[in-house]
Formats: sequence, structure tokens, C-alpha cells
Amino acid sequence: MSVPAHAGGASRVGAPPVVEARGVSKSFAGVRVLDSVDLDVLPGEIHGLLGENGSGKSTFIKVLAGFHEPDPGSGLRINGEDVPLPLAPGAFRDYGMSFVHQDLGLITSLSVLENLRLGTFSRARDWAIGWRRQRADARTLFEEFSVDLDPTARVADLDGTQRALLAIVRAVHEMRTLRGGARTGPGMLILDEPTVFLPETGRRQLFSLMREIAGGGSAVLFVSHDLDEVREITDRATIFRDGRLRATVQTSSVTDTELVELIIGRELPEHGGEREDVAPTAADATVVVDDLSDERVESVSFALGDGEVLGMTGLLGSGFERIPYLLFGAFPAATGTLRTGDGTLSLPAMDPVKAIAHRMALIPADRQSNGSVGSISVRDNAMLQVIDRYTTWRGLSRPQLARDCQETLDRFDVRPPIPGIAYQSLSGGNQQKVLLAKWLAADPRVLLLHEPTQGVDIGARAQIYEVVHDAARSGCAVLCASSDYEQLAAICDRVLIFDRGRVARELRGADITKDRIAHECYTLADRAVPAGPVGPTEGEGDG
Amino acid sequence: MTRTKNSEPVTDVDVASGRSGGGTVARSLAQRFSIVIALVVVVAVFGSLRPDTFLTTSTLQGILGSQAVLVVLTCALLIPLTAGDYDLSVAGVLMTSQMLVGVLNAQHGMNIWLVIVLCLLAGVVIGLLNGGFVLLFGVDPFIVTLGTGTILSGAVLWLGDSTTISGISTGLTDWVIVNRFLGVPLAFWYGLLITAGLWYFLEYTAAGRRLLFVGRGRAVSRLSGLRVTRIRWAALVASATLASLAGILYAGTTGAADPVSGEAFLLPTFAAAFLGSTAILPGKFNSWGSFIAVYFLVAGTTGLTMLGAQSYVSDLFYGGALVVAVCASRYSRRKEVRESGSL
Repeated sequence: MSVPAHAGGASRVGAPPVVEARGVSKSFAGVRVLDSVDLDVLPGEIHGLLGENGSGKSTFIKVLAGFHEPDPGSGLRINGEDVPLPLAPGAFRDYGMSFVHQDLGLITSLSVLENLRLGTFSRARDWAIGWRRQRADARTLFEEFSVDLDPTARVADLDGTQRALLAIVRAVHEMRTLRGGARTGPGMLILDEPTVFLPETGRRQLFSLMREIAGGGSAVLFVSHDLDEVREITDRATIFRDGRLRATVQTSSVTDTELVELIIGRELPEHGGEREDVAPTAADATVVVDDLSDERVESVSFALGDGEVLGMTGLLGSGFERIPYLLFGAFPAATGTLRTGDGTLSLPAMDPVKAIAHRMALIPADRQSNGSVGSISVRDNAMLQVIDRYTTWRGLSRPQLARDCQETLDRFDVRPPIPGIAYQSLSGGNQQKVLLAKWLAADPRVLLLHEPTQGVDIGARAQIYEVVHDAARSGCAVLCASSDYEQLAAICDRVLIFDRGRVARELRGADITKDRIAHECYTLADRAVPAGPVGPTEGEGDG
Repeated sequence: MTRTKNSEPVTDVDVASGRSGGGTVARSLAQRFSIVIALVVVVAVFGSLRPDTFLTTSTLQGILGSQAVLVVLTCALLIPLTAGDYDLSVAGVLMTSQMLVGVLNAQHGMNIWLVIVLCLLAGVVIGLLNGGFVLLFGVDPFIVTLGTGTILSGAVLWLGDSTTISGISTGLTDWVIVNRFLGVPLAFWYGLLITAGLWYFLEYTAAGRRLLFVGRGRAVSRLSGLRVTRIRWAALVASATLASLAGILYAGTTGAADPVSGEAFLLPTFAAAFLGSTAILPGKFNSWGSFIAVYFLVAGTTGLTMLGAQSYVSDLFYGGALVVAVCASRYSRRKEVRESGSL
């Protein structure tokens, strides 16, 4: 039970836990997504929270934030004092809790000082703001935490690390100033994956700030996907899986393998089917991507063959999810070339029009805002890419269009198969089938998928796998960027695993199982050799 | 790509919207033709109250002919609205083209057909400028066209020396308002033709579909390989060109060019466009809906005036119609979303 290097440590004897959750449950429409969670977070402790997407950890945090109402029977004590549940939204401030979410919640067009005071303005009694004093206060605050920030700078001019530091200092400041007067005792800072997009040096600064805060007696709850980070910074860690708390462990006394097993659970390795080991060489591949970079991806090269389904995955922030968009020209790339059968294209000069001319198709993860237009009919959405084929001298041949659309809906088993209804009235799975139908109608040679079964029910999921397999069998090269390991195991011939913007591993053939992919994602050994700062961080949170 | 074996029946789809039960069908039919019904009601009410003045052939012919300008101007506006952009300069363009007819034809005696060509060219140029400001500088078209529209109305006062210019070639007035087909001035038939043409464009051409996609989902359109900038630009050019045509018709209808009255077209144009989008194809800007909306609005104001209402009643009526129409279309779209169970 060796406690890591920081001063406070989890060893304050006698003090009650900052937060004690007792039997906290939450159900949605009768489905338990959080099942009797008992969790203690101690003063002065940095406590990690681990689990896959859908494991219940974000639901738990949302209960603390008062966003979700927990089921009856749930109990919560803060600093030894019973707290009535549910918490009202925003009431967490009264109890000395403060949240920093991944998007940081900063207004970039305002100054550091204005952002720092955003939360307090709404509560200030006096109507005039003494800016000079406020600036002095802010400088004192930054000095206290050894953070080098200029209160008058515009947030837009800060880099990612500085923004994250500002958001955290603000959270600590609000934790102190906004809590209800009568309540005392240490507070708790909840950090929801604040490090995902930061370079190595930024992480260091963030960690030392977290240690300062814990050293002052507050508790820090640190949500992360990254085992290395959790091992480095936390005293204890709690692992969620399938809505249950699986274990709370002393971080220093568990191995990576044990952690991964707790996160993904033990499962029988599924049989991968007959997979041919079809890794194409650069010579015979349909698509060769060379030296692709942007702000989060660094010099990625790979080849993709006819009829191959190539998976790409990694942890959040590893950059894999940007590859389909970069190849399609949806985001601008900084460097890179794409070689296809008919020539070499420069990726920084790529745009969707060119990509389509080279028979590429992109199925984006966000169907509703990037894939299809919800308020327009299924027919018009499904036929958009091929609508020119229906133009005759009298204009669009609408009967022909309707017949072909009906035939397509039947073939893809879209339900209900009614071409005239609005796209948004379909369920997620059926929307996805229409989106696939739309792009496959244009007979693509390269199919780029991003999270193709997100929000799709199980029945439709199998059908979508089938569609992807059929496309590959007919000679299409398929690239699938996904964080669903089960899906990757089901459809991919090869899987590339990304870490910090680079391809770190390649899995083939029998190695492609859900467990193996998860294991590789969480335990990339290359971490020990940090490759220097990874990319600039000036960009906004999302592309 | 055959159906997979394990495809369970997918039941989580709401088919209800507009498809189950006679009630919904009747309701959706009633919505589609609501504006036609409203037009009939207005005509019937005023017809019974003032049978001797309202329901006469000359009133009817007057309304049909004189409102063709508004019909064409509304068609102009529908194009950028479908592409998701406001064009507040349509009335300014109308005034410019009307004043060009006055100055070039009446004052300088230029051949009327040449003048018409020049007016249409002026429309193209204004549209190109609007599009340039919006798309090259990435400014909100609402603001840009508010500015250019105001510049144009100032320019018109300047150009026309703030006076009304009469004496426009009878060649134009003959072909607009004097000559008749089936007893109705030709202007009405021009409006009808342009309405039908726009309907055909929006409903029966690939370009019309693309325009709608650009208006409803910019990101989707871009990722589907549509040239979004080019399409929006073209929509603004088409709008300004059609608005110029409306200005020529206006000059032909009044036989003169006056530097202020054209301004009054802006609000009725928006009212007709939005009111029209609640009917025929509810939820979608469409030319037949707007065509009927124009005549519904003018029947209402004419009737009220005949009952002795003051001239301000038309402002109340058009303004009220715009607000009601916008609220109604928002409401019906929200309802559609709610019933379809997504989002």
C-alpha cells in the first residue's frame, strides 16, 4: 500500500470520505444502467474512474451533477453528512463539488479573467465589477497553483494545455467560493477526460496541478481511458463494467493486465471465421496512403487492398477517428498523399467533390447532421448520389426514381420500406441502412466508415455487417474506424491500433478478437518512449 | 445484399405520421389545401358582404393582373430561401430595374427590348455582388442583403432624382397589362408561367433537389459532393434576376417609374413565401403555395378596404399573416418531429 509521491495522500486518518455513495442505482425505462454502486472518495486523494463507454461511469457522474435522478434507495453522504437525493441541478456547488468536462466550457472570445469569473458573475450581489481588483485576485490564484496565465489574454489565443489549466483552476476557485456558507470540509474536483487532446508536456503540467489540489486536501475524481495516466497520477482507481462497480484498487498494486481484465471482463475469444491473411503490399493495393498528418495525426501510412476490410481503432484522442474524414477531404490534412489506381492525389488539396470523383464514399458517424437530412424524404436522401441518372429531357423521371428507390429499400431491408416518409422518422439502424444504400448506389471503390453501428439495434447491426461484407466481396476496399471492438472483430481482416496520432500496432487473422483489440488499445507499450510533443494544440476542441 | 437470416422484425419505427387511419389523412389533406380553403372563405365572405363591388369582373381582373408583380417577386425570393439564405434585397432590385426602365426608356428613349435586356443584366450583376459578399467573406446573407437592398433604394432615389418618371413605352404596357388573354391581363399569365416553371425546377430537376439539400443540410451537402458555395451563389443570382423581371413588370403595370413605392413589396413577398410554405407541400417553400398565398393576401386587404377600412389595414394584414405563417410552419414541423419519435 505504497502511496505515490504527492503530499496529501489517501492516508488522512479519521477524516470521513468526501463522497460516500451507497447503493446508487439508475434505470432508464426499466433497464438498470447503474447497479448499486458503493464508492468512497477520500480527502486528499486522486481517484481514477475507469470503464468502457456504456459501463456506467458517466451515468454515475451525472447523478453527482444532479443531471440524472437516481433510483429510490440510493444514498449519498458528503463529508459525513447525509445528502437528500436527487440533487437539484447545480446543487453540487453547494456541497463543494466542481466539474471539468472534456469540452472545458470556456468561451474562447472572452478573456481569461472573464472566463474565470463566469460562474461567479451570476451570483455576484454588487452590480459593478472592480476589474483592477479582479485582475489582482486572479494573479494571486494562478500563483497559488503555479500556473502561468495572463488574466487579460484572450482564451482564443491560449493553447490546449493552457485552456485545460484555466478550466481546472476555475473549477477549484468555484469549489471554494460558491459552496453554501454553512458547509465545511474538503471539496471534490471531478475531471472528465481533460487530457485527451493534450501533448505530453501539457499532461505533465496538468498532473502537477492535480497534485497541488489534492495536496490542499481536496479530493480529485479523474475519469480516463488511459491506463498509463491512471497509474501515474491516481492513488486508487475504481473500475465500472456493465453498470456495476467491479473493484476499487490501490493503483500501485495492480498490473495492467489485471486492470484490462477488470475493464473489459473475461470473455471467450470469439472465432474470427475463416480469415485470409490478405495484407496487401503497397504494389498491389487499391489505396496507398502515405505520410498523412494533421493536428492530431502524425505521419500515418498504410495500404488497403481490393476486397479488404481494414479496421482502425485506439483510445479516445488517439486520432484513428479522423482518418476517414481526412482521406475524403472533409477535414483538411497537413501532409499526405493518396495513391489509387488512377494516380496520386495530394491530401491537403482533397475535397469531397474530388473524393467522389475517385469513387470514394464516406459514411460519417453523425448520421443526423453529416449523413442525411432528417426533414427530407428517405427517397431523396437515398437517391442523392445518383439523381443525375434519372434526368431525362422532361426533367426527373419520378416514377423510375420511385421504383428504384423502393427496390433499394427492399434490398437493404429498410423498415418501413416507404420512400416518401421523412428520413428522421426511421430508427437509427434503418437510417444507417439508408445511408449505406445512398453511397453504395454510386458503386464506390473505397468505402470509408466511421462508427457504422453507433446507435443501431442488434438486428440491424448484423444486417449492416452483411452489407459491408457484400461490398468487400464485390471488390470494394473498406476502411472502418470504430471504437466498438466487437464490431471490428466481426468485420475486419486487419486492424490498425492508433496511439497518440500514430499507428502503433497491427493485428491480423486469428489475433483479431474483441479481447485482443481491447488489450492492445489499453496497454500499448510504446508509451514508455514518449515521442516528444505530439502535434500543435492550438486547434479548437473539435474539427 | 440479401436479407440476413436473423433479421428480427424491426418494430421501433413510428409509421403513424400521416399513414394510419382516415383521420390523419384527412388532416394532412386539410393542411395541404388550407390556403385554398382560406382563399375561398375570404372571397365568399367579402363577396356576400359587398357583392356589387367585390365580386365584379373588373375587380377580379384588376387583382389578378396587378398582383403578378408580387407573384414573380415571391418566386424570386423562394430560390434563396430554399437554399437556406435570406435575400432582403429583392425589393431594392425590383425598384432598380423599374427605375432603369424609366430612365433609359422614358427619359433617354432607348428601345424597350434593349432596356429589358439591360435590366436583367443589372439583376445578374447585383446577384453576383450579393453572392460575392456572402460567400467570399462568409457574412450572413441576411445582413449583406439588408445592406445592398438599402443601397439600391438610395441609388434609385438618386437615379430618378426623387421624382416619378412617366411616359414608358406603350410597347411594354401593352404586353404587360393592356393586352389580355381570356379577359385577364397578360401579366397574370406571366406570373402563372413563372410559378409553374419554378415548381418544375424545384420538383422535377436534379438541380432543384440539390438546392433543397443545400438549404436543409450544409454539412450533408458538402460531404455528398455538392458544390455548396456555387449553388448558393447561383441561387442569389437567380433571385436578383427574377426580381429584375418583376421590376420590369411593375414598370409595365403602372406605366411609370416612381422611386419609393417599390419598397412596400418587401414584407408582402416574405409573407407570401412563408404562408405558401404551410400549404400544398407543407413544410417546404413551394411556388404554388406562395402563388395562392399572394392572392389570398390581396383578396383579404382589398375586401377590408372595400368595407371601409383605412389603408393601414394592409400593413396589419400582411404583417399579421407573416407572423402567423412562420409560427404555423414552426409548429407543424415540431409536431412532425415529435410524432416521428426521433430527436
